[in-house]
Amino acid sequence: MPGTILAVAEVVDGTLTKLSTEVATLARELAEAAGGSALGLVVDAAPDAAAAALSSYLPRVVAVADPSLAGAVSAPAVAAHVGAMLGEGVTHVILSATTDGRDVAGALIGSAGLGMLANADAATWTGDGPVVRSSVLGGKAIVDSALTGASGLVTLRPGAVTAVEATAPGVVERRDPVAPAVAPAAVVDRVEEAGAQVSLEDARVVVVGGRGVNGPDGFGLVDELAGLLGGVTGATRASVDAGWIPYARQIGQTGRIVKPALYLGLGVSGAMQHRVGMQASESIVAVNRDPDAPIAEIADLFVVGDLFEIGPALAAEIRSRRTG
Amino acid sequence: MRILVLTKPVPDPAAGAERLGPDHRLDRAASPTVINGNDEYALEAALKLVEAHGGEVVVLSMAPPNGTDTIRKALAMGALRGIHVTDPSLEGADLPTTVRVLAAAAAGVEFDLLLGGLDTSDGGGGAVTAGVAARLGLPLLSAAGAILPDEAAGRVRVHRLSAKGYDVIEAPMPAAISCTQALGEPRYPSLKGIMAARSREIASRSLADLGEGLAPADGAWATRVVAAEPPPSRAAGRTITGAPADAAREIADFLADRRII
Repeated sequence: MPGTILAVAEVVDGTLTKLSTEVATLARELAEAAGGSALGLVVDAAPDAAAAALSSYLPRVVAVADPSLAGAVSAPAVAAHVGAMLGEGVTHVILSATTDGRDVAGALIGSAGLGMLANADAATWTGDGPVVRSSVLGGKAIVDSALTGASGLVTLRPGAVTAVEATAPGVVERRDPVAPAVAPAAVVDRVEEAGAQVSLEDARVVVVGGRGVNGPDGFGLVDELAGLLGGVTGATRASVDAGWIPYARQIGQTGRIVKPALYLGLGVSGAMQHRVGMQASESIVAVNRDPDAPIAEIADLFVVGDLFEIGPALAAEIRSRRTG
Repeated sequence: MRILVLTKPVPDPAAGAERLGPDHRLDRAASPTVINGNDEYALEAALKLVEAHGGEVVVLSMAPPNGTDTIRKALAMGALRGIHVTDPSLEGADLPTTVRVLAAAAAGVEFDLLLGGLDTSDGGGGAVTAGVAARLGLPLLSAAGAILPDEAAGRVRVHRLSAKGYDVIEAPMPAAISCTQALGEPRYPSLKGIMAARSREIASRSLADLGEGLAPADGAWATRVVAAEPPPSRAAGRTITGAPADAAREIADFLADRRII
């Protein structure tokens, strides 16, 4: 049976997220392979700009302007619309592997009993459904999983799919808001913390400070190198637990999972907890005083030395090459 | 406050011995098990809330027979009693079944807050707490970095972690909360706690105890693993030592080769 594949988009500050364009691309490609159709869903207080952006990727986009979402979490409303669309013939639902996407997925698993293929690093249409490749057990195994029934959910990891626009833009249709099954939590306040930068997942270069940076001041050097390399500052659990940098910067098992073109680790030992979040990086460079640090096992370039000597020397070298 | 905490036993990530068996299922004999990291942060947050507000913490696990080991640890940390859902027919259960079974077991407990980890370190789907909330018709407060109940008002606030910081969100109790590491380091069980845990109750529940129609017959799960392989190994890297200026030049060359600079 050809599938009808729904891409659920996410909107942050009125803008379609990058991962949503990847979700939309995957939905369209799976539908093409299945001989089925694809559509998108945007539910937001002000969905118009995001819906227009999403229509570059999909032949049909459903936009729901729900004013109540200015002051409430969105997952219950999104799940209610997806639930209705499952009743209208949608077979497969592609979501972002984000907190919002997982909250929507959970609501659908709980209310509709759907199966889920989580954290797709790749997906193909095989036989009569998607087969999803994902990393489990903290990166210890790569598994291909399939749904056994005719419908289900997929959550997609950032950067797993290259977003490609459709050859022709799609149409946007409006729908009225619906009341979710359970009242959503109210959003009372939105707090931005110092050091908030572009998303770690989207960064081409990530410079990470570990326990070896020895304190919040050490992150000045990490930030300086990140700035010079056009990258973003990340952290290990040790440096977050020490209170040197906010949790939002943490890479690893209980933090973010990144795969930048360059990972540069300063004073990072390479505990399994951390490796899970960065071992898929294209290039890994690590500076550590300890020649036996486990990160040496996965680094393309492992530099044994004092990061407080090598870091400034590297910054100076980069500057001199740029001006020279 | 009465707090129910979902705790899943998972292979210890620190041991690094996790592996899949020939049937593509987790080889449970290969690795020691621990309470899932984010569930342990949830448990710690629950214990702190009860210390501040009074009340009790109950833990709920769906796990094989040896799941009592991690429940016993939760009791040693300070939980008052445990519920252990265990049934041979739940081996390899899929997400919808796990959610239905945990929700059915939770429905038999009176609580103000239901806490679970944001995700688990083995499967990592990150949807179970949200699924149980939906199944029970509870409001969900996800990705909690702080939990602030107001018992008089019957409401709870949560700092929901975002990419930029956090959102302060609020819902009436009873409510479900998915928990993160930002809640704070779990405590180690004290000797006194370990002794006290020996006499605390772990109630065992079979599938039949919880009701009918919670799991498909004959393990007809919604998903299946069709293939599994080890991750690609990285090619051996280069190690350099030497003066900082020389090392810096080598790093810069490496970056230039890859067009980073």
